[in-house]
Amino acid sequence: MPNLTSFTQRGRPYAFSLLFLAIAAYLPLAHLVIAPGSAFHLSLFLINLIGQIVCFAMLALALDFVWGLLGILSLGHGVFFGIGGYVMGFYLLNAAYGDTQVLPDFMLFMGWDKFPAALGIFAHLPVAVLLAIVMAVAVAAVFGYATFRSRINGVYFSIITQALTYALMLLLFNNDLGLGGNNGLTGFTSVAGLPLAQASTQVWLACASCLVFAAAYLLLRSIADSSLGKAMVGVRDDEPRLRFLGYRTDRIKLVAWCLSAALAAVAGMLYVPQVGIINPSIVSPLLSVEIAVWVAIGGRGTLIGAVLGAVLVTSLKFWLSASMPSVWPFILAGTTLLITVGLKNGLWSAGSLLPGKRGGGA
Amino acid sequence: MTPSTALYINGLSVNFGGFAALTNLTLEIPYGQTRAIIGANGAGKTTLMDVITGKTRPTLGEVFLDKSIDLTGLDEAAIARQGIGRKFQKPSVFEALSVSQNVELAVRKGQGFAAMLMSRLTTTQRQRIEEVLVTIGLAEERGRLSGTLSHGQKQWLEIGMLLAAEPRVLLLDEPVAGMSDEETERTVGLIKRLAAPERAIVVVEHDMDFVSRVADLVTVLHEGQLLGEGSMDSVRQDPRVIQVYLGRG
Repeated sequence: MPNLTSFTQRGRPYAFSLLFLAIAAYLPLAHLVIAPGSAFHLSLFLINLIGQIVCFAMLALALDFVWGLLGILSLGHGVFFGIGGYVMGFYLLNAAYGDTQVLPDFMLFMGWDKFPAALGIFAHLPVAVLLAIVMAVAVAAVFGYATFRSRINGVYFSIITQALTYALMLLLFNNDLGLGGNNGLTGFTSVAGLPLAQASTQVWLACASCLVFAAAYLLLRSIADSSLGKAMVGVRDDEPRLRFLGYRTDRIKLVAWCLSAALAAVAGMLYVPQVGIINPSIVSPLLSVEIAVWVAIGGRGTLIGAVLGAVLVTSLKFWLSASMPSVWPFILAGTTLLITVGLKNGLWSAGSLLPGKRGGGA
Repeated sequence: MTPSTALYINGLSVNFGGFAALTNLTLEIPYGQTRAIIGANGAGKTTLMDVITGKTRPTLGEVFLDKSIDLTGLDEAAIARQGIGRKFQKPSVFEALSVSQNVELAVRKGQGFAAMLMSRLTTTQRQRIEEVLVTIGLAEERGRLSGTLSHGQKQWLEIGMLLAAEPRVLLLDEPVAGMSDEETERTVGLIKRLAAPERAIVVVEHDMDFVSRVADLVTVLHEGQLLGEGSMDSVRQDPRVIQVYLGRG
């Protein structure tokens, strides 16, 4: 058949995951093998930072999968990130209690004298991981089923997701819920039997984040390049047309939405042991909007662009919000405006205009 | 040859909050026929298409495909999978996909998630796509992003997508609206080629010349009711039709 373009003939974007495998391989060397003072040595602070940024990148990846490819803008992806984070927090509380036999502070303040049985469910890491994914997917499925079936689209969908994350934040602020209120969960001591205070544990956590990221990217990339990915683009460009061709578009949306939620939860799980705390600010509407800003700056619908945006903005934020905190919001707002007005679809699409480079559609 | 009935519409009424868009409409469209439905704005043409394709639920009445499949209880996707293809008034293609990818999506309709993810096109499917591209005259443009096509080409691509799904009933809502004379000419040829003994074609159109060239039979609607039915010539001479529709025209 003469050059009938097949959906799966691309290849090059897969190489992007190699970058993260390389970082994963480099991190242990950079801190544990290469001596301090060498130009190739990375401090524990930097490695921890890289690990956190990779978690944010995964979150951006999850959002771009539904926003860029499917055309549904979630302003509440912090909900799923938060579910993953809190469940990881439950596991870490169990682990800390096992290590020290001392109840977490917030439980003592509430006058509890023993570790609550409900949290005991999360005592084993694999169970906790599974439960986090199940919970995130369950919330996404219920919410998605209701909205997609009643054909709630566009800005209405975005507003509802924003309300969802706000509602969860208010719920978590509540001390009586027994999840630490606005102080959240902290005082973690070990993960999977490894002490968190130990340098190598932090290195391995950052490493694991990179590896999981690479796997997540490959998964989403292969879906995007399959016919299912083209159907997702079809939903984005003209959902009624696809529906009248015989596709159950609400199901396509639901499956992609749940997958995205699961991925965001995984990112949250990797994030919490690296920052050592989880509190309701993680489900504040602010973070959820910020994720969308990363994706918009990097470029929608290419997966790579979203990651680029997240890495760039969060790195800048770590640097500038420490060195000139009062100026940072203006820099972020200014950059966002400039890029969205000047580049139409973010930084990665600007790169793809160069001859020989390829970016996404749109 | 007595062709069998493709679409059977019986006693169909649609009310939108007191406004009767269609009133007690009965129609029968056989396989092998190209039927035109004409009428002034608000005559109920688009509402009729909406009911057939599941976008609007009828207040009363029934719509059958093949005399046996009741369409009024099915949703849009299920009706499409029964073999009813609909072309929208405004060209609707997936602009970020290439021409052949657009047709591929139509060929793959009804596939499950696993097949959409994993399976490559079969030889038959590839041939089908190729045939469709040749039929609609876009074989040379197969690799182009469909968003960069001209208005006419988009209309043909959309018809091609419907064709790829091998429809039993093809509904075309104003297929030549906004087209140049030359494009209209090519569309006439295309629709004549689409006609087949196992397929019924329904065209809603304002352009009378176009209708008289493609349609075997013309149905005139007026304010949601059937006004007349016959060949284009006989309809043109029907005094009632002249009065309410052509006379205004």
